[in-house]
Amino acid sequence: MARVVVRVPAQAKRGEVIEIRTLAAHPMETGFRRTQLGELIPRDIVRSLVCTYNGVEVFRAELHPAIAANPLIVFTTVATESGTLELHWSGDNGYAATHSAQISVV
Amino acid sequence: MRGLLLAALCALLWGSAASEEGRKSGYLFMSPQTQAMQDDEATGPAALWLLEGEALFDRGCARCHTAAGMKGVAARYPALHKGALLNLEQRINACRVEQQKAPALAYESRELLALASFIGRQSRGLPIAVAPVEPHLEAGRATFHRRQGQLNLSCAQCHDQRWGRKLAGSTIPQGHPTGYPLYRLEWQAVGSLQRRLRNCLTGMRAESYPFGARELVELELYLMMRASGMPLETPAVRP
Repeated sequence: MARVVVRVPAQAKRGEVIEIRTLAAHPMETGFRRTQLGELIPRDIVRSLVCTYNGVEVFRAELHPAIAANPLIVFTTVATESGTLELHWSGDNGYAATHSAQISVV
Repeated sequence: MRGLLLAALCALLWGSAASEEGRKSGYLFMSPQTQAMQDDEATGPAALWLLEGEALFDRGCARCHTAAGMKGVAARYPALHKGALLNLEQRINACRVEQQKAPALAYESRELLALASFIGRQSRGLPIAVAPVEPHLEAGRATFHRRQGQLNLSCAQCHDQRWGRKLAGSTIPQGHPTGYPLYRLEWQAVGSLQRRLRNCLTGMRAESYPFGARELVELELYLMMRASGMPLETPAVRP
């Protein structure tokens, strides 16, 4: 299972606003549902997504129950210099996923 | 007068059924937001299954097949294989068992849905072109028109005669299986046409056929025949 899918433009002009699209495979179990036997299904969600651009944090999202499975998070940042965008997801039950993407700024 | 009566009778018989030109994919009944999810192929939710399907295909199927060689395949199923009517998922499993000597994948398993999505993706945009395999097609047609369950409803009563009207909050579509396996928001996952058919049967308070049942495959064949020529959208997104 591909755990995450990330789309970052490979090239951008300096100062341009770029869109970063991220999709993570995750059930996002709310913790409020019960099984047919009435037992509570424990919560299992992604808690946060952090994006750093050459080591500087440019975006952070806090996720909560009631967010659908396989959350798609789209955000923008300004292309300042060539380098690496690092994305880090973390969540319940030790869920962690990272992805890095290169961008060249001209 | 007789002519008029005949015309009226014909209209009664055929007018309500979705005509060739009047056929609409379920896509057209969705909100623009859900349509955008389907159109966004790179980061739409079904992308996760497509990527897994591609990896599985490369690991096993690619020894004999190429992805390009799978073009048009999904548009032709259900079809006969060694005398039995199989849908795409069953055909994938037949290939696994007969050629790869691997165990069959369970219905609705991630792997089977991923493979079916990936193979279906190769036919995206191609017209549905199943062969009219008798007596299965006739059996499927009969199932579609047979009243079932405690609500005593047939598929045709909603999807031929009352499409476009509301069932609770949602619009009744024409029931063309143009995008399976598809990501259903209600499921929060990709599922097969059989899963959808079983849902519908449960909604009619009828006893569902088990996965892989002959009746379901025959119904799939009839539905594909009914949607002949419509472009495949696999993997689609539906609410």
